[in-house]
Amino acid sequence: MSGLATALRRNPELMVAAVLVLSVITIGLINPVFWQPANIFSLLRASVITGILALAVLMVMLSGGIDVSFPAFAIAAMYLTVKAMIAWGFDGVLLPFAMATGIGVLLGLVNAVFVHYLRMIPLIVTLGTGTAVRGFILGVVGTSQINIDQMPPLLIGFARGELFSVTQADGSQTGLSAMVLVYAVIAVLVHLMLRHTMMGRSIYALGGGTEAARRVGFNVRRTTFFIYGLAGALAGFAGLLHGAMIWTANPRDMVGLELDVIAAVVLGGASIFGGRGSVIGTVLGVLTLVVITNSLIILGVDTTWQRVVVGLIVIAATAATAWRDRKRIA
Amino acid sequence: MTAPLIELRHIGKSFAAVRALQDVSLTIGRGEIHCLAGENGSGKSTLIKVISGVWQPDQGEILIDGQKISGLDPRAAIAHGVQVIYQDFSLFGNLTVAENLALSTELQAKRKLVSWGRVRRIAEEAKRKLGVELDLDALVETLPTAGKQLVAIARALMSDPRLLIMDEPTTALTGREVEALFRVVRDIQSRGIAVLFVSHKMREMLDISETLTVIRSGTVVAAGPISQFDEGSITRAMTGQEIAAEGYRWDGPAGATPLLDVSGLTIPGQLEDISLRVMPGEIVGISGLLGSGRTELALALFGMQPRYDGQIRIDGKDARLDSVQRAIAHGIAYVPEDRLTEGLFLTQTIDRNMLATSLGRLSRGGVVHGGRAAQEAAGMIQDMAIATPTGDRPVTQLSGGNQQRVVIGRWLLNDPRLLILNGPTVGVDVGSKVGIHRKIRELARERGLGVLMISDDLPELVDNCNRIVVLHRGRVVSDTPTEATSEAMLSEQLGALA
Repeated sequence: MSGLATALRRNPELMVAAVLVLSVITIGLINPVFWQPANIFSLLRASVITGILALAVLMVMLSGGIDVSFPAFAIAAMYLTVKAMIAWGFDGVLLPFAMATGIGVLLGLVNAVFVHYLRMIPLIVTLGTGTAVRGFILGVVGTSQINIDQMPPLLIGFARGELFSVTQADGSQTGLSAMVLVYAVIAVLVHLMLRHTMMGRSIYALGGGTEAARRVGFNVRRTTFFIYGLAGALAGFAGLLHGAMIWTANPRDMVGLELDVIAAVVLGGASIFGGRGSVIGTVLGVLTLVVITNSLIILGVDTTWQRVVVGLIVIAATAATAWRDRKRIA
Repeated sequence: MTAPLIELRHIGKSFAAVRALQDVSLTIGRGEIHCLAGENGSGKSTLIKVISGVWQPDQGEILIDGQKISGLDPRAAIAHGVQVIYQDFSLFGNLTVAENLALSTELQAKRKLVSWGRVRRIAEEAKRKLGVELDLDALVETLPTAGKQLVAIARALMSDPRLLIMDEPTTALTGREVEALFRVVRDIQSRGIAVLFVSHKMREMLDISETLTVIRSGTVVAAGPISQFDEGSITRAMTGQEIAAEGYRWDGPAGATPLLDVSGLTIPGQLEDISLRVMPGEIVGISGLLGSGRTELALALFGMQPRYDGQIRIDGKDARLDSVQRAIAHGIAYVPEDRLTEGLFLTQTIDRNMLATSLGRLSRGGVVHGGRAAQEAAGMIQDMAIATPTGDRPVTQLSGGNQQRVVIGRWLLNDPRLLILNGPTVGVDVGSKVGIHRKIRELARERGLGVLMISDDLPELVDNCNRIVVLHRGRVVSDTPTEATSEAMLSEQLGALA
């Protein structure tokens, strides 16, 4: 058993990879519809938003914190951007995404200020900022949902892009969303940042021990602002992308999504105590979560059970990482 | 004459209204092993942080190589060759040995990108420089303490330091590991690197250092070559008081009923046929190597090992100690080895910690009598001379010695008959230690309390116990009146058992 524990400590991705393979095989056996390109493509598409948000949460978690404000930030960035586009009669892709990302950065930096200067617990800070931002959007900016007829066409057009399409057995055409590529590029960039830059290593170091990081000479303030700023940026970007992909800007969207995302990150082997986790693990974790929750339908399980499954995954994944880390704590 | 490596002149540093350092001057020569001694809270750590640039002094100046340095910050200190190895080593347990070794070098080089090949090369070089074997791919958290310390030293050596500051480096090491560490330190010195060794352990200071500076309450009270000092003079300087070592004698009536009479106590695999007596007013020391059954014996007497064979009599009457509640009812109190995790509620106030075991006595119908509780706590704070203005402060604000007094005071509130102390002064500084010892003797002499004192600290046992029992592999191997033995004899006896 200890050999397995060591292997898992050195390669925590093995566990989630095994869970993913096992789930895919099981689901495919129960209902072969799972293997149809349409289903596979739809699962990949469904993992884009959760996946980008999970990368944001991964960074915060690696540094020893936790973030629950990102769904609110994502929605704020999306709703403000779309509202502004409509108000100014502007349509486009790059500028709106720059704006949403910028809003995310600013909100993320607010988190960083509280966490760094006031030494507050990230969970409480992000709970507070997330709630406040949601309230602000609904109270000041508006409560009405912006539907397809009002959404900027170029934005929607961008999100409809497909990488390629195939003809299925029944003759229907199905394509893989180009947004999967956007997600892949972001994941690769975050991976390179975490693995091959000093900034990335300083995030791991912070998770290993803030005081130790400071003593070795890391600029803890810069790292903290970087983490929360980038997490905010990813949230803002993902928010607008989400709106563009569903052709709707709903200020009440993404409620409760934080749990799904945190579940995916923990499932991917990241430790809620900080310091361990990887992009590869997180990507696999997101895919696993999406496969399991979205396959409940083709397995004939009522969708209301999704929440139960997500909750159980959080508990099971946390228990598994706790088991893995128990030697460290002992 | 070349200028000394580092010179502090009349350094002063205050935090809010507290003067942490006052007019401290200190000179460290090149390649010198300098010892900085002082009790907890004496200002040692503040001084280290001033030298390493973590805190800027309010007064005074710092000279390095005879040059005045203003606004020394951590990066500048490192650039001047000052490296600190903190007590907790400041390593990253979640990263590999190789990355831990390479990180500070990479930071010094102001690198933005990480090349894992270079990390590997740097780590190999660090390993070679220290001349020890380390598994570079292991996660640091999986290493034993001595291994982590080697990683910390190897890492410090990577930045070609000229002064290595080691904060309490021997605290968690065994005797053999301390010797190995000293070899490493002398080897470091032979390359012309000065070492500032921060400690409060007398023997180590005399053993390793060439020069000694003692600080107390933020000021230098003694300084000079080590040859001018001996244990007595260092202790006097550290505590500011004469600490006379006179043994504890017990001369109660030989025919009295023993307070505690254990016979044939056996717990398979832990204790074998233990027989032991404690008379009222006796302080009995328990010594033995780790794993000798010392702690198991204490736990058995405190009702935490319900399945035992043999007989335990208290005041001549049979007592079945199969639960903690029953042990407490028989007047047994236990102060555990690790007070931080086992003895104190760290997030609570001093009062609440003090009253934790008295609440039943102080309440009627489930409601605590607040006035009486506060009164008793305040009385005990005074009795135990706990250094705090009021009892509503968090217990974590107290020094180790004062925390220990809270734990002991808690039990005294219940009027125990037998007090079992496991490592009563571990992590407590010299002055506080003397205070705790005095209190224990006073309780034994005046209130007829029986004390079982388990300790690794042989001088502590010899100074405070009238009888010393040595355990080995769960058996009693000797039971000697203290006047018939000595620290040297005990040490030899334990050495022979190892």
